[in-house]
Amino acid sequence: MITNFEVAYKNLLRKRIRSLLTVVGIALSSWVLVSLLGFNQGYEAALNKDIDNMGFSLMIMAKGCPYEAATMMLKGGTGLKYMQESIMEDLAKEPEVEKTTPILMSAVFDPNKGESGGIAGYFGVEPKSFSDMKTFLTFRQGGWFTDERAFEVVMGYEAAELEQREVGDMILMPEKNVKFKVVGILNRTGTQDDGTIFAPLKTLQTIFNRPDEITTIGIKVKKGADSSRLEERLYQLPDVQIVSLQQVKDTIMKLISTAKVMVLSIAIIAILIAMVGVINTILTSVWERMQEIGILKTVGAMPWDIFKLIWTETLILCITGGILGVVFALILARMTDVLVRSVLPYAPAGGLVLIDTKLVLITLAVILGIGLLSGIYPAWRAGRIRPLEAIRSEVNA
Amino acid sequence: MNQNGISLEAKSLTKVYHRGSEAISAVSNASLKIHKGDFVSFIGPSGSGKTTLVNLLGCLDNPTSGELFLGGRQIFSNDGRQLSEQRLTEIRREIFGYIFQNFYLIPTLTVIENVMLPLTFYRKPDTEQKVLGLLQLLGIENRKDHLPGQISGGEMQRVAIARALVNSPEILVADEPTGNLDTKRSSEIVGILRDLSRNAGLTVIMVTHNLELARVADRLFEMRDGGISETAPRM
Repeated sequence: MITNFEVAYKNLLRKRIRSLLTVVGIALSSWVLVSLLGFNQGYEAALNKDIDNMGFSLMIMAKGCPYEAATMMLKGGTGLKYMQESIMEDLAKEPEVEKTTPILMSAVFDPNKGESGGIAGYFGVEPKSFSDMKTFLTFRQGGWFTDERAFEVVMGYEAAELEQREVGDMILMPEKNVKFKVVGILNRTGTQDDGTIFAPLKTLQTIFNRPDEITTIGIKVKKGADSSRLEERLYQLPDVQIVSLQQVKDTIMKLISTAKVMVLSIAIIAILIAMVGVINTILTSVWERMQEIGILKTVGAMPWDIFKLIWTETLILCITGGILGVVFALILARMTDVLVRSVLPYAPAGGLVLIDTKLVLITLAVILGIGLLSGIYPAWRAGRIRPLEAIRSEVNA
Repeated sequence: MNQNGISLEAKSLTKVYHRGSEAISAVSNASLKIHKGDFVSFIGPSGSGKTTLVNLLGCLDNPTSGELFLGGRQIFSNDGRQLSEQRLTEIRREIFGYIFQNFYLIPTLTVIENVMLPLTFYRKPDTEQKVLGLLQLLGIENRKDHLPGQISGGEMQRVAIARALVNSPEILVADEPTGNLDTKRSSEIVGILRDLSRNAGLTVIMVTHNLELARVADRLFEMRDGGISETAPRM
């Protein structure tokens, strides 16, 4: 016996180009939808990973000081503010604090960087506390400094690549005319650490004449501790600002939400266009086959049978398009990633478009829902066709 | 005339259409009895109301007034109540098979798939097994895997007949079944209808323009201006 599905499927093959174009329309909207939802969850996951990779959940810095290397570089290395290292002792007494690490950010103008020179960023760190907090840091070559006052540096992956440095090389800090020995090169982390040069904290404090001064303190809060209560107490400290990385994340998510709304609007429009396309295709097909549909009723088809037949045609189009769209999205996720990254003001490292099984199922469910909705009107119209109308339209034809 | 009992009885069937304020009486007070196994043909000029009458007899349309009985069961009564499309479909699929001038085969389905199509929607017991037998009876078994576009007009009408018979109807309604065929194929198709009536006891109601073909039937009704009169089929 021939099934309802076979009849519907073969009907669609009659106008192959029209059916194909409809499927392509649905596939495009499905692609946009799955990519958007993939971006929504991928971006947040990548941002979380980025923030986790910073190693600390709170940062304290002198009021007005930039809190990450990129901002410092954008400001041409100016605007750095300093605070006393002794704050570290007060922080250690806070019950929520698990670990702390001091950082002295510094910048010098390097005339050999780029075509017309650029800012080179140096981070003064304590190897022990810094690496305890950033456990994901591993060395491609060498290791940390031999002494807390040594004239040695550890270079981030990209910084070493850019300057073509190997362990054992000597580098000159411009402006200060101080030579450092490269003792370690880090593996790629996908964070701002890749472009940073790390030197011993005490050495940089001496070179920049900032004894016992630092720009930043990284804080790792104990697991399960109330971070917001700690923040409230830290706000009481004079002349410092607190940056909660959760706040940073929230701020970035707020910025990105505008882009999300725009892309979501595009996806909704694409879906609506696809829906109209489906309705148009099926309705046209119903009108073209009016006589046939009428005759089906003379051979025993009830209105509900015709409704099911036309609905099945709609669902075949939508499910085929939906699956194709998901396949496009999976194959072209990398391209979408590059495209999205190029238009965003800030994009975390790692994949921005994360498509998993749950997302694929949600997308297919949405497309299926659209198919069911789009098919209702044409199927209802087809179900109402009377055999006599078919016969009369033959007479009038 | 077959004496196996009345298959269909119409009493004063009337169908009036309205075009604006004008009432057009397509069928007026048509009364007739058709017995089981009768091969009945309706003939008349265009606009005489023969197709309208057959549509009423075949439950494709509601009459304006009059009664219709199928196997003694009243279908249309004089109370003015119109049957719903769903109810008409239920009656049609139980009792009738239809063939039309334009065959209406599904072009993407093979011959056998077209014949089996009614079974997708409704099946009387043991219908599937008879499909191949029907194709053999109608001489198209060697065409079963062909698409309608690959067979002749005469073969297409045979496929349409097989499709109409697959659910074992009691009455076959054929509206201008030879309208698209040449003389030879027309005779073949009408011969098949006559054989179905004589050998299988199928009641056949045929509308045609062609007097020669109409005379093959056991009974001949002539229609003129909505009125009906029975004449002798053979002179």
